[in-house]
Amino acid sequence: MTDATAGQPAARPRREKTSLLTQDGRTKRRNAAETRFKIYGIIAISIGLLFLMGMLITIISNGSRAFTQTFITMEVTLDEAVLDKNGNRDLADIRRVSTFGYAPLINAALENKVQDLGIETLLEDGAAMRAIMSASAAAQLRDYVLSNPDQIGETVEFQFLASSRVDGYLKGRVTRESIARDRNISSAHLLLIDDLMEQGTVERSFNLGFITGTDASESRPEQAGIGASMIGSFFMMLVVLALSLPIGVAASIYLEEFAPKNLFTDFIEVNISNLAAVPSIVFGILGLAVFIQFAHLPQSAPIVGGLVLTLMTLPTIIISTRASLKAVPPSIRDAALGVGASKMQSVFHHVLPLAMPGILTGTIIGLAQALGETAPLLLIGMVGFIASEYPDGFVGGFLDPNSAMPAQIFEWAKRADPAYYERAWGGIIVLLVFLMTMNLIAIILRRRFERRW
Amino acid sequence: MNDMRLLERDVDTNDIKIAARDVQVYYGDTHAIKDVNVDIADNTVTAFIGPSGCGKTTFLRCMNRMNDTIDIARVEGVIKIDDEDIYDKNVDPVQLRAKVGMVFQKPNPFPKSIYDNVAYGPKIHGLAKNKAELDDIVENALRRGAIWDEVKDRLQEPGTGLSGGQQQRLCIARAVATEPEVLLMDEPCSALDPIATAQIEELIDELRQNYSVVIVTHSMQQAARVSQKTAFFHLGNLVEYGSTGDIFTNPQDPRTESYITGRIG
Repeated sequence: MTDATAGQPAARPRREKTSLLTQDGRTKRRNAAETRFKIYGIIAISIGLLFLMGMLITIISNGSRAFTQTFITMEVTLDEAVLDKNGNRDLADIRRVSTFGYAPLINAALENKVQDLGIETLLEDGAAMRAIMSASAAAQLRDYVLSNPDQIGETVEFQFLASSRVDGYLKGRVTRESIARDRNISSAHLLLIDDLMEQGTVERSFNLGFITGTDASESRPEQAGIGASMIGSFFMMLVVLALSLPIGVAASIYLEEFAPKNLFTDFIEVNISNLAAVPSIVFGILGLAVFIQFAHLPQSAPIVGGLVLTLMTLPTIIISTRASLKAVPPSIRDAALGVGASKMQSVFHHVLPLAMPGILTGTIIGLAQALGETAPLLLIGMVGFIASEYPDGFVGGFLDPNSAMPAQIFEWAKRADPAYYERAWGGIIVLLVFLMTMNLIAIILRRRFERRW
Repeated sequence: MNDMRLLERDVDTNDIKIAARDVQVYYGDTHAIKDVNVDIADNTVTAFIGPSGCGKTTFLRCMNRMNDTIDIARVEGVIKIDDEDIYDKNVDPVQLRAKVGMVFQKPNPFPKSIYDNVAYGPKIHGLAKNKAELDDIVENALRRGAIWDEVKDRLQEPGTGLSGGQQQRLCIARAVATEPEVLLMDEPCSALDPIATAQIEELIDELRQNYSVVIVTHSMQQAARVSQKTAFFHLGNLVEYGSTGDIFTNPQDPRTESYITGRIG
């Protein structure tokens, strides 16, 4: 329909004719710039990977040793004259014998073992030798007797933990020079250990107790485990998930789909973003003031930790949920409204299913963040308490004092004994395994729920 | 343009289905629709034509209150369907939209199965008492959407897996499944090839038996082919409204003439 071809200005002088086979200056410069940019990118990624590798290597080399422990195997005669003077196997009587009462049995067993194996040592008796054993050995023996009173009078084989110094010696942490001024152990003990190692009585093996156990006192790092605080973390995450997912998703759906756009909702929006940037320790002191001092919830309990971490996780979940709701194409909403669906039907039948992968990913990332959070736990007392007991049942899991994995790691790293330092690294490996598992779940959920439109 | 055919086409003198009086639409400070008065007849295809940004789609979206979903949009004036003001405060837009179906410019099937796409409307409006009835409704709608033969063997496959033209016909089937009285179509063929367009135009002509169809289109040929009445919009004004034959062969307004002869727009 147009007749615009007529009356065009005279054609401009044509470009110089060039060959396609040679690059002109401009093209060369553009290509060079592109190559340079690619090199910068590769350098940036290499640096990132290098840091990651360095981190992983350090963590694994420092932490993996925490998963093995030195054990001493020996036969102990459960002497009736010591353990049950009346001889009637009455548990109340047996219980009266404290761990101090068991010490002589261990001394005797150790002395026998050394004599049987024909090892010569400078240490005069079993009591002196006992420094190679963990202080937990007597308690282990007593627990065994209390649960098997019929074994009194028999000789039973036990696997006791070696003391942390011996363990350190085997792992190369403790040397003859470093114990020169150590009153807990002497080089005579180390000689004894060398001999016992040859005979196979002392060996290093995988230590399940580190993963399932509870924390121990400062003097027995060999006995400490991360199990109890793992349970604490688990119950905290239950609280966080149960509260932050519904609250966060409901808040974001309302803000994104229903709320009128006015000054007030803008204000809320800005504040949610600000909340995401608030240092976690602020949430900790808030939790201390509100949940413990005002609401009188139990101190050091995972329920309080969970509530505080919920406050911290909510902004993350709200922001990611809103982003994934925004990403759902408006044509889907139009389509639903066009066939006469109500606003709520269009959101719940069509928008939410499409936003699900994003919501779940955001939630899991929020949870992972909460799992690794330490600072707020310091303020609500989840670190002052040493998690030396497992919680009682399901309700106890929420209300009994406990610690959490990062708080436990912090506590170990704080202690003087280098054996605890090793355990702190080991705890970090456990924590990282948890975080990676959660990220893996996030990826799997994403894949599963992802749909094209 | 098929001028000969246009002249011969009889214009139905049906009852008025939609009556708009002094309709103004504002997007924030922008005055998008100015003083539009129009009567849309029942069992008729009415085409809205005009250059881009002239307010055709905006006005179309007023008729099922889709503009309510845009926060800054404000509608003034009166639009009556069957003599009932649809902007009355007692009117629930959800109920209105069940009565006034809509087909969008871009095919937008739900990311669900073909069956669920069509069954969704009847389900939420409670049109089917049981599965068998729902199956009937779905089959009927798909037949009326002229897509039944192509999809009857794969009703459980995703609607998003169909070709563009099939998707649009699926969307039409979805719209008719809720038994609307008016069907609004916003450039339904703009994303389609000529063959799919022809199929949909044929379909629109059939739909006229049961519905009042309002179609926004950029193609004047399409308006001439499918509609009985045509309204020409320019810069937010309804410039001219009349039978399609008159608009295309004997426009009263110089702007209409310029547009249909291709000088503006």
